[in-house]
Amino acid sequence: MIKVSAKTKRYLVPIISVIAGFLIGAIIMLIWSYNPITAYSSMFASALGNMNGLGETIREATPLIFTAVGFAIASKAGFFNIGLPGQAQAGWLTSVWIVLANPTLPKYILLPLAILAGALAGAIVAGIAGFLRAYFGTNEVITTIMLNYIVLYLCQYLMQQVMPESLRNGADTTKDIPANGSLHLDWLSHLFGDSRINAGIFLGVGAILIYWFLMKKTTVGFEIKAVGLNPFASRYAGISAKKNIILSMLLSGGFAGIGGVVQGLGTYQNYFTQTSSINIGWDGLSVALLGNSTAIGILIASLLFSILKIGGLGMQTVAGVPYEIVSIVIAAIIFFIAIKYVFDLLFAVKKTASYKHPLKKGTEIGPNNGVDGPNIKLQKEGPVL
Amino acid sequence: MENKNTVIEMKHIVKDFNGFKANNDINLKLHKGEILALLGENGAGKSTLMSILSGLLEPTSGEIFVNGEKTNIASPTAAKKLGIGMVHQHFMLANSFTVLENIILGHETTKGPVLDIKKAKEKVLALSERYHLAIDPDKKVADITVAQQQRVEILKILYRGANILIFDEPTAVLTPQEIKEFMNILKGLAHEGKSIILITHKLEEIKAVADEVTIIRTGQDVGTYQVKDISNKRMAELMVGHAVEMKLTKRAENFGQNILEVKDLQVKENRGNLAIKGLSLSLRAGEILGIAGIDGNGQDELVEAITGLRHVDQGSVIINGQDMTNKPTRKITEQGVASIPADRQKYGLILQMSVADNLILQSYYQQPFSHHGIINFDAIKKHAKAAVKKFDIRTASSDLPTGELSGGNQQKVIIARELERGSDLIIAFQPTRGLDVGAIEYIHKQLLKERDRGKAILLVSYELNEIMQLSDRILVLHDGQKSGVVKPDQTNETELGLLMTGIQKEGQDLDQSFS
Amino acid sequence: MNLTSLLALIVSSTLVYSAPLILASLGGVYSENSGVVNIGLEGIMTVGAFTSIIFNLTFAQDFGAATPWLGALVGAIFGLIFSLLHAFATINLHADHIISGTVLNLLAPPLGVFLIKAIYEKGQTPNITANFGYTNIPGLADIPVIGKIFFTNTSAPAWLAIIITVLLWWILYKTRIGLRLRSTGENPQAADTLGVNVYKMRYIGVLTSGFMAGLGGAVFAQSISGNFSISTIVGQGFMALAAVIFGKWNPIGAMLSSLFFGFAQSLSIIGNQLPGFEKIPTVYMQIAPYVITIVVLVVFLGKSVAPAAAGVNYIKSK
Repeated sequence: MIKVSAKTKRYLVPIISVIAGFLIGAIIMLIWSYNPITAYSSMFASALGNMNGLGETIREATPLIFTAVGFAIASKAGFFNIGLPGQAQAGWLTSVWIVLANPTLPKYILLPLAILAGALAGAIVAGIAGFLRAYFGTNEVITTIMLNYIVLYLCQYLMQQVMPESLRNGADTTKDIPANGSLHLDWLSHLFGDSRINAGIFLGVGAILIYWFLMKKTTVGFEIKAVGLNPFASRYAGISAKKNIILSMLLSGGFAGIGGVVQGLGTYQNYFTQTSSINIGWDGLSVALLGNSTAIGILIASLLFSILKIGGLGMQTVAGVPYEIVSIVIAAIIFFIAIKYVFDLLFAVKKTASYKHPLKKGTEIGPNNGVDGPNIKLQKEGPVL
Repeated sequence: MENKNTVIEMKHIVKDFNGFKANNDINLKLHKGEILALLGENGAGKSTLMSILSGLLEPTSGEIFVNGEKTNIASPTAAKKLGIGMVHQHFMLANSFTVLENIILGHETTKGPVLDIKKAKEKVLALSERYHLAIDPDKKVADITVAQQQRVEILKILYRGANILIFDEPTAVLTPQEIKEFMNILKGLAHEGKSIILITHKLEEIKAVADEVTIIRTGQDVGTYQVKDISNKRMAELMVGHAVEMKLTKRAENFGQNILEVKDLQVKENRGNLAIKGLSLSLRAGEILGIAGIDGNGQDELVEAITGLRHVDQGSVIINGQDMTNKPTRKITEQGVASIPADRQKYGLILQMSVADNLILQSYYQQPFSHHGIINFDAIKKHAKAAVKKFDIRTASSDLPTGELSGGNQQKVIIARELERGSDLIIAFQPTRGLDVGAIEYIHKQLLKERDRGKAILLVSYELNEIMQLSDRILVLHDGQKSGVVKPDQTNETELGLLMTGIQKEGQDLDQSFS
Repeated sequence: MNLTSLLALIVSSTLVYSAPLILASLGGVYSENSGVVNIGLEGIMTVGAFTSIIFNLTFAQDFGAATPWLGALVGAIFGLIFSLLHAFATINLHADHIISGTVLNLLAPPLGVFLIKAIYEKGQTPNITANFGYTNIPGLADIPVIGKIFFTNTSAPAWLAIIITVLLWWILYKTRIGLRLRSTGENPQAADTLGVNVYKMRYIGVLTSGFMAGLGGAVFAQSISGNFSISTIVGQGFMALAAVIFGKWNPIGAMLSSLFFGFAQSLSIIGNQLPGFEKIPTVYMQIAPYVITIVVLVVFLGKSVAPAAAGVNYIKSK
């Protein structure tokens, strides 16, 4: 057992998880006779080694920042928003549709309108789960999973049956959006080797800052955190649990929705039929888990996963390793994050101060929890007094 | 003494939790067919010792002899094999299972791998008859009373052939009448040859049933005594470690105007049944009104209705002359209500948040703690520093998570927060639950100080002692109704006990019996 | 089309689409009753699907008509092995059940495609030749009318799934192991003090879910999709999870819900062959299982129909 401070441990867990995840990937490659060193080096080279790769990596990270911030806000309020794919997809289709339907509006109206509409669409989808949780106590994990599929099929239907044919190219793809509804910036794209990097990244950095400020500096963030940590005590203290459940889910879905918007108005410049839950949702969830829902953690994790995803394409061409190894590595990283108990066994946190009940471990139950605890000894022991 | 059979002997038991000795050299001896009381304060190490005996914890050092043989009780299964069974303070029952399923679980009567429900039922009913433990084996545990659940727990261990029965604070949840019945059950069990360890801190119960008493204090063995040879006062002194002076000094009454008026209140519990059935009460400034009653007679619902946490179906709650019926909790707090909740860790504090944050849990949105929704951390810190000093909260820093504080200091955080706001009405619900004597004394003194300063205090407690000591008036709650209002100096525990079971309703029942 | 053949069409396509859902949802029922929430059914089904397809493609010439059945067994075994990950993470390492289940869902599709690329050098397998197809149940198929509707040209795996349902229901409610398994999902602490091995019971619950969901995935792949690609299992596992909830965590309930969801799914596919259904947009049938599950959860309100300790980690004190 190694003794570390609580702060060091917070950094060690994700770092070791990432290393372990890469090792798992390497082992799988070795089993199938691929060379992991060639694979990983070609991965980093193609993601970071040239301006185009760099631009694509940043572009890839942009929607992940939004979906991860969305996940993080809900998780601060104590909710596991697994509905990010559906919320992002709703935002994507809505924003593209708005832009296509109003091609003549000036950019300074159309773009904000489309972004807000996308955010609203995501917020509504998540808000349903929040509302049901607040008023009926319905488990949000289940409702958001179910909403993913409801949104998936509804979007197929809306795209194929309801959207006017004048906005589409055939049944499965919309027309490309006009320039005054696009996040594309010529100079930025040129700067990064004509990649698809777009103004979304500035919005993304803004989202990170807003998230940080909201959680750390405002009473809104204080309430959300309080409700998330102990809804009973919060209610007792006069903080409306209902309001904060719904608010946090609306914010969560809103950010996820913008994640979809930057795909539509930034990356692809259109919408096309999806046949399964969209990736940025699941990846955003992974980013938030790896980044431990902190602002800086989300930024770093989203860039890391983007390096994997963009670099993975290069790795497939250069080293001939199937691209899927990237997703396996990501899943493995999240697995190591999930089993943080192992880290508790490996690293003991140096005692900062007082004595802790030996049997109490979070919400988990074990014999004799909290009964007849040896609390009173504290007054005689410990360095506190 | 020598001719008695010793069934359990624990010698020099030490249990060390990362440097904290919960048990430090404890000795204990249990004789066949006898009842041994294990006496100690909350946190003295009683439950730890019994967890060791029932195989849930392993002692750091020490020896255990069962029926004269040295044994190592490695698991609950091992304990079961040795005939040791424990009835836990918090019942360990699966609520959606039937009584029968709960009893046979882990020790099923089967034909091959298939449950033989009929045969199991016969066995259980036979036991229930023999030991006078009436139960309905087909009812779901969720649908039976607490006293019945306790019988299920006892049957569970008897079914496993236990000869050594451990009871952990068994009477905490029972009515005085149920306690009487339970004491008879205990005697009956001992008479049938069962050996019993009774964990308790209630001296009367020890006097009533126990043969011997082993007293432990802060993990240490204080000695074993014959119950008939030791006085209540002496037991209390040994338990606490210093001379006990239980009388609190109370100033003369000086009541002001009504602060709280509750009129014809009707409130439902979670399942939709009426829990408060037309209750009226009033509370004046400078007065402590004690609400006595057995757990589950509407106390939770009453407090929640007054504090806006539960919907009032009928009637009204008037605070400081303002009708606050069904107003949001925040509005009620702002109207001058402080509330010390019964379960401090669940309702009173956010354990992961710092002491400073917990101290502003109701006022973070007000000046000076925040301005236009932006938090002012300096003001919060300053406020915390002052409160920590004033209320003697023992913590290394106000930035420390509240969960790292001791129970008594956690309660002080709540007391500091609630009293600092200068509210006119203070609702104290089980304010000393699970605390040691020092902390209890501190909190009682604080409440009396507030009373003398002219605050109105609604004290809801299941501890009759606490109610009797502090209250100016006692309202006894039974089945959501007022079964009597008495003055503490004009009543006794027996009368209160009867009122708590609803036997006498303000003398009316007696009148009716004559007509 | 006369009424009998119309009903026969609906019944047989309902059974085909229900079979994988019934099997996987039974797994979910066992896992959750033992106290472990398993939203990884989707991932486990994916594993069952691709392993059974690989087996089927490799051994079809050796085993002939028995191939899909053996393939189903292979899928079930690999599903069980894959679920060990979830069991180990949640039971021994106290991982959050939702996160661990999500890992299974994140891991299975790329793992499957990776292996398929490594073996077949493309992202999608060829189509299998030996699939479950349609079966006449001997004896029962000869019953007038009923035989034609229910037992002729029908799905053999579906009838097997219904038989397994009854068996698993009986085990869960009538046997010692069933009682013990449910006790660890209801109150693990109580179970532990009574000498029930909580970890063992939870392993049994999760591994059963792995076996059954793997079986479900294999049946889906070998009777519906016919090959394996990244989009073979999309939402089947989550629909099975919905069936667990709609079926109130009871095997019989899960089976009936699965049949209903299978009916809705088959309507979205054969609807245009049915009079009266051709005008209804298929989207309603597609989203019906998910909408119904939400409605059911809301209508039950907070009533605790789920096992009380599902999702709660249990830590032994020693």
